[in-house]
Amino acid sequence: MSESAAVPAANASIAGAASPRAETRWGTIARTAFPFLVVALMWELTARSGIFPQRLFPPLEAVASALVRLTASGILPHHLTDTLLRLLVGFALAAIVGVAVGFAMGRSRRAEDVLLPLVSIGAPIPGIAYAPLFLLWFGLGNMSTVLLVAFVSAFPIVFNTWTGVKAVKEIWLRSAQAMGADNRRLLHHVVLPGALPYILTGLRLGLAQAWRILVGVEMLAAVPWGLGWMIFGAREFLNTDVMLAGVVVIGAVGLALEKLVFERIERYTVVRWGMMT
Amino acid sequence: MSPAADRVRSAYRGGLTLLLAAALYEAVARSGIFPAALLPTLPKIASTFAAGLLDGSLLEHASYTLYRVLVGLALAIAVGLPLGVLMGRFRPVESFCLPLASALMPIPSLAWVPIFILWFGLGNTVAILIVFYAALFPMLLNTWSGMRAVNPLWLRAAGAMGADGRALFWKVIIPGASPFIIAGLRQAFLRAWIAVVGAEMLAASDYGLGWIIFDAKEFLNADVMLASLAMIGLIGFVFERLVFGSIERATVVRWGMVQPAK
Repeated sequence: MSESAAVPAANASIAGAASPRAETRWGTIARTAFPFLVVALMWELTARSGIFPQRLFPPLEAVASALVRLTASGILPHHLTDTLLRLLVGFALAAIVGVAVGFAMGRSRRAEDVLLPLVSIGAPIPGIAYAPLFLLWFGLGNMSTVLLVAFVSAFPIVFNTWTGVKAVKEIWLRSAQAMGADNRRLLHHVVLPGALPYILTGLRLGLAQAWRILVGVEMLAAVPWGLGWMIFGAREFLNTDVMLAGVVVIGAVGLALEKLVFERIERYTVVRWGMMT
Repeated sequence: MSPAADRVRSAYRGGLTLLLAAALYEAVARSGIFPAALLPTLPKIASTFAAGLLDGSLLEHASYTLYRVLVGLALAIAVGLPLGVLMGRFRPVESFCLPLASALMPIPSLAWVPIFILWFGLGNTVAILIVFYAALFPMLLNTWSGMRAVNPLWLRAAGAMGADGRALFWKVIIPGASPFIIAGLRQAFLRAWIAVVGAEMLAASDYGLGWIIFDAKEFLNADVMLASLAMIGLIGFVFERLVFGSIERATVVRWGMVQPAK
């Protein structure tokens, strides 16, 4: 590669990334859809070529028809609502406890000294490793699933809230105090908004963690309904189309949690206040 | 109060908390409220841990788990790093790979376990591929954002000083992207570590820390489970602090690109 060619290329890619693309909406859609079409075509060719048995490597329309069939019969929605309910309860528990603990650790030196060793010991162990222990202690089913999800997603929330509260600028606190804010107003109008970008990051990480763990735990905990269980159960009957349909739904939920829930919350809070772009 | 005295007091309080927590656990375990098989005492866990280390069984399981993690991670680096670099440099590669990566990333790696079991059978292959899947996306996306985050001023400056394409790439872009790449490596290891434990539980191979925890449940051996948990935490801690910490110190911290953590 000659030097005259490489340098502008590097510059162009950086400049292109920074400036918004002047392109039509349809162009964007087509460009996004293109890689999926290629992969789908390759999948279809492999499935139809008969290299692998069709039972194990079903063509896409089998997956799509499984998706439609399961949705129409109400089985998939039932699995989905049960999974989402567990996620919601577990994550809500983690959010309440995690933010409270993180706040206490950020505001009080004593709480930090006491809690930090406990949190740092629990955090590096992957959550799924606790699963059999929780099953032993709390029995198979919903109780251990929800508790495990809460336990696992609490750690990133605690850490980020703690960092966020400590990152609130000293000068904001002083000026609010100088203007006569009492403790409660200080917490409500300065510390909480100041720490919110970090807290939101923590919640986001926690939710992603919860989602990843939940699917695995549902496979282990023998819950009667749930997407993880649906996939795991279908393996016994070699229903690869059902399994792939389940994976598609799991991916769609994960994407929706990220795009619809958190980007919206961010837009209404920290982005609107000008704390993040 | 002086910072040194402050630190002493923090350490003292932290130590006290751990002792108190241990004492509380011990008291509950000995009180007999819960069956001893479910809540073993701390000396029992410690002796199980020591016995596992001495007869080598715990180390053997740990080495199987580490082998799966490291092979999967190496594959993820071998694919993710070059692909991330290509995505950062060439627009068509980016617009082809980015939608696929964003569609696959939200699918938890463990969701693939049953399918991979059907395709590849029980055993090492499934665990390694799950690790690969889990570690690939952090590696790929961090490398990609690192490539894009290189300060354009540095590129211009190096170009003005007569750096050719190759020198620019190796001396400016790669070191410039390295904080992101190392962060990606760290994140990839964390994900891989979770994935391998889950995959070992579900894909029931005969060895591995995840597998003994799961297997111990059948026999109500809570002491084995807790001892293996300690081992898992220990290895994760060692990797996080020693391995990645020293990589960071040798590269980005030495180059003055990030501040060392206090």
